[in-house]
Amino acid sequence: MITSFIHRAVMQGIPLLFGSTGEIITEKSGNLNLGIPGIMYVGGISGVIGAFLYEQSLDTPQDANAFFAIIIPLLSCMIGSLLMGLIYSFLTTTLRANQNVTGLALTTFGVGFGNFFGGSLIKLTESEMPSITLSTTSKFFSKTLPIDDIVNSIFNFLCQTFPSIAEHTENYLWIKNGLLGFGEIFLSYSFLAYSAIVIALLASFTLKRTRTGLQLRAVGENPATADAAGINVNRYKYLATCIGSVIAGLGGLYYVMDYANGIWSNDAFGDRGWLAIALVIFAVWKPNLSIIGSILFGGLFIVHNYIPNLSVNTQEIFKMLPYVVTIIVLVVVSLRKKRENQNPASLGLSYFREER
Amino acid sequence: MENHEKHIREPFFHIAKRDTVVWWLAWLIRIASVAAALIVCAIVTVLLTGENPIQVYITMIDGAIGTERRIWGLLQNTAMLLCVSLAVTPAFKMKFWNIGAEGQVLVGGLATAACMILFGDKLPLIVLMPLIIAASIVAGAVWALIPAIFKAKWNTNETLFTLMMNYIAIQLVSFFTYQWSVPKGSGQIGVINQDTRAGWLPEIGDNDYLINILIVAALTFAMYVYLKYSKHGYEISVVGESENTARYIGINVKKVIIRTMLLSGAICGIAGLLLVSGTDHTITRDTAAGRGFTAIMVSWLAKFNPLVMIFTALLIVFLEKGAIEISTIFGLNAAFSEIITGIIIFFIIGSEFFINYTIKFRKSKGGAAQ
Repeated sequence: MITSFIHRAVMQGIPLLFGSTGEIITEKSGNLNLGIPGIMYVGGISGVIGAFLYEQSLDTPQDANAFFAIIIPLLSCMIGSLLMGLIYSFLTTTLRANQNVTGLALTTFGVGFGNFFGGSLIKLTESEMPSITLSTTSKFFSKTLPIDDIVNSIFNFLCQTFPSIAEHTENYLWIKNGLLGFGEIFLSYSFLAYSAIVIALLASFTLKRTRTGLQLRAVGENPATADAAGINVNRYKYLATCIGSVIAGLGGLYYVMDYANGIWSNDAFGDRGWLAIALVIFAVWKPNLSIIGSILFGGLFIVHNYIPNLSVNTQEIFKMLPYVVTIIVLVVVSLRKKRENQNPASLGLSYFREER
Repeated sequence: MENHEKHIREPFFHIAKRDTVVWWLAWLIRIASVAAALIVCAIVTVLLTGENPIQVYITMIDGAIGTERRIWGLLQNTAMLLCVSLAVTPAFKMKFWNIGAEGQVLVGGLATAACMILFGDKLPLIVLMPLIIAASIVAGAVWALIPAIFKAKWNTNETLFTLMMNYIAIQLVSFFTYQWSVPKGSGQIGVINQDTRAGWLPEIGDNDYLINILIVAALTFAMYVYLKYSKHGYEISVVGESENTARYIGINVKKVIIRTMLLSGAICGIAGLLLVSGTDHTITRDTAAGRGFTAIMVSWLAKFNPLVMIFTALLIVFLEKGAIEISTIFGLNAAFSEIITGIIIFFIIGSEFFINYTIKFRKSKGGAAQ
C-alpha cells in the first residue's frame, strides 16, 4: 500500500514538476508568469488535438506507429504552449504591459481555449460521455518498463548465484517483495515522467553552473546592470519565458496522455497550474528542490484517499493540505530572510532602458 | 575619421516614453484597440462558425440585451463583477496584489449561508439581517487580514498567499456543503429557507435584483470619493507609488496596508452577501464564478477609477453574455466566451504601450548626413 501511495504521488507530482520547472526558468528572467495554468491547458489540448488528428488518419488502431504517435502530440503540444509563451513575452517584454494582468488574461484565454476545443472535439466524436478517449496514442505515452519481467529475471539470477536464498522461504518473499517495491517506486513510469526529472536537473545545472544561467539570473535580479554588462535583456526574457512555457505545457500533455490514460474531459486538469506556481516558492526557485516538492505535493493531493474511514466532508478538509503547506512554507521563507531564498529582485517589473 | 563616423548604425527606430498624452488621444488608442480586437474576434468566430460576422455580432447584442430579462441579468452580473472590482481596487492602487478576492467573496457568502441555515427559523428578521450583514463583512475582512498582516510584518509574498487562501476557502465551502447538504450526503445545499425566505434580501417592487444593483451603485460612488478625496485614499496612492516616500513623509505603511486590506476584504464579504442572500439563495464551490480574477482585469483596465469601472465591467459582462448566446445559437462550446474575453483583453493591454510610449523612426539618410 505504501509503495502504491508513493507511485500515485509521483504520478500526481509530475505535471506539477513540469509546471514549476517552467515557471522557475521564467521567473529567473524577472517575468512572473501567472499564465502558467492557461499554458498547461493549452499544452494539454494541443497534444490532444494532435493525437486526435493522428488517430483519425489511421484506418485501424493496429496501424499506429510508435514514432508518429508520440512525436505528433508532442510537437503540437510544444507549438501550442510556445505560442502562449510568445503572446506573454510580446505583451510584457516588447509592449511592457503589466505582468499580473497579462498573466491572468492568458490563463482565462488558455483555460477557455482548452475547454472550447475539448468541448468541440467531444461533440465531433459524438460520444455519450463528456470526454474524448485517445487510447491508441495514450498507450505509447504511458508505456513503462516491463517491471515484472525485470524483477523476475534479476530474482532468478540471484537465486542461481546464491542458492541459499531459494532455500529459506522468508528471505525469499522478503527479497522478492523488496525488488517489486523498488520497481514500483522507481521504475514504473513513462518516458515523460523521467524527462520531467531530467529537465528539472538540467535546468538546475544550467541556472547554477553555466554562463547562460548566470546571465539569466543577472537579467532577473537587475536588468539595468545586465544591460550595461552587454547582456541582451529582451532576448533572455523572451527565451526564458518561451522555454519555460514549453516545459510547462508538457505538464498538460503528461496529464492527459499518461496520468488520465488519454481521456480529456473539460476542467479535469483543475487547479494544478496554480499549485505549480505555488511550488516555485516551496522550492525557493531551485528546480532540483522542486522534484522533491512536487512529489510531496502529489502525495498531499491524494493522501485523503489513503486514510481509512474518512467521511466525505473530512476528505474535503484534507484536500486543503497542499495549500496550507504552501502558506506555511511561504511564511517560513519570508521569516528567515535568507538572501538566496528570495525571489529574483526585479520579478514582476518590466524593463525599459531609458527609465531611471 | 569622418568616414568612420558615417558607419555608426543608427537603429531603424527606437522607443521613447511619452511625457503626457492628451486624453482624447489616449481614448482614441483604446477605442481603436477594442475595434481591432472585435475584428480579430469576428475573424475567429467566422472561421469557427462559417456565419456572416455582422449576423454574429447581432446575435451577440441580442444575447446580452435582447429581452427585458436579459437586460436585468446583464445589469445584475455587471453589478456583481463591479462589486468585486471595487473591492480589489484600493489594494491594487497600493500595489498589493490581492488575487484572493475569489476566496474572500466565498467566505463572505459562506458566513451568510451559515447564518441563514443556523438561525433562519430561530431569530426574528430584525436581528437576523444585521447578523448576516455583520458576519459576511467580518468573514471577508478576516480572510484578507491574514495575508495582510504577514505582508506588513514580514513582507510575505501576498500574490501567492492570497491565491492559496482561495483554495482553502473553496475547500471550506465544500466541507460545509457536505455538512449541510439537503438531502443528506448529496453534496448540495439547495435553496436555503425557500418557504420562509428568512435572510433573503428584500425585493424592491417586482424585481429580484434591483436591491443588489442599488447597493453596488452606492458602493461605487463611495469608493470613488474615498479614493479621490479622503486622506486614506491619498495615503493609498502614496504607498502604491513608493513605499519609501510614504515612510519619509510619515505615513505608517504597515497600518495603511492592513487597513486597506481590511476594507478590500470587507467589500468582498459584501459581494458574497449579495451573491448568496440577494441572488442565488444557496452556496456552492462556484458561487464566486471566477469573478475574483476577472475583477482584477476590470479594475486595471479602468486605471483604478471606480466610475470608469462601471463601463469596463459592463464591457466584460456584455461580451460574456453575448459570447454565450453565440455559442448556444451556433452550437459552440460555452468556453467560447473566455476566448473572446481573452483576445479583447490582450488587445487592450497591448494598447497601453502606445499610450505610454512613442516609436521614433530613424531620420532619413540625407538628413542624418548633414
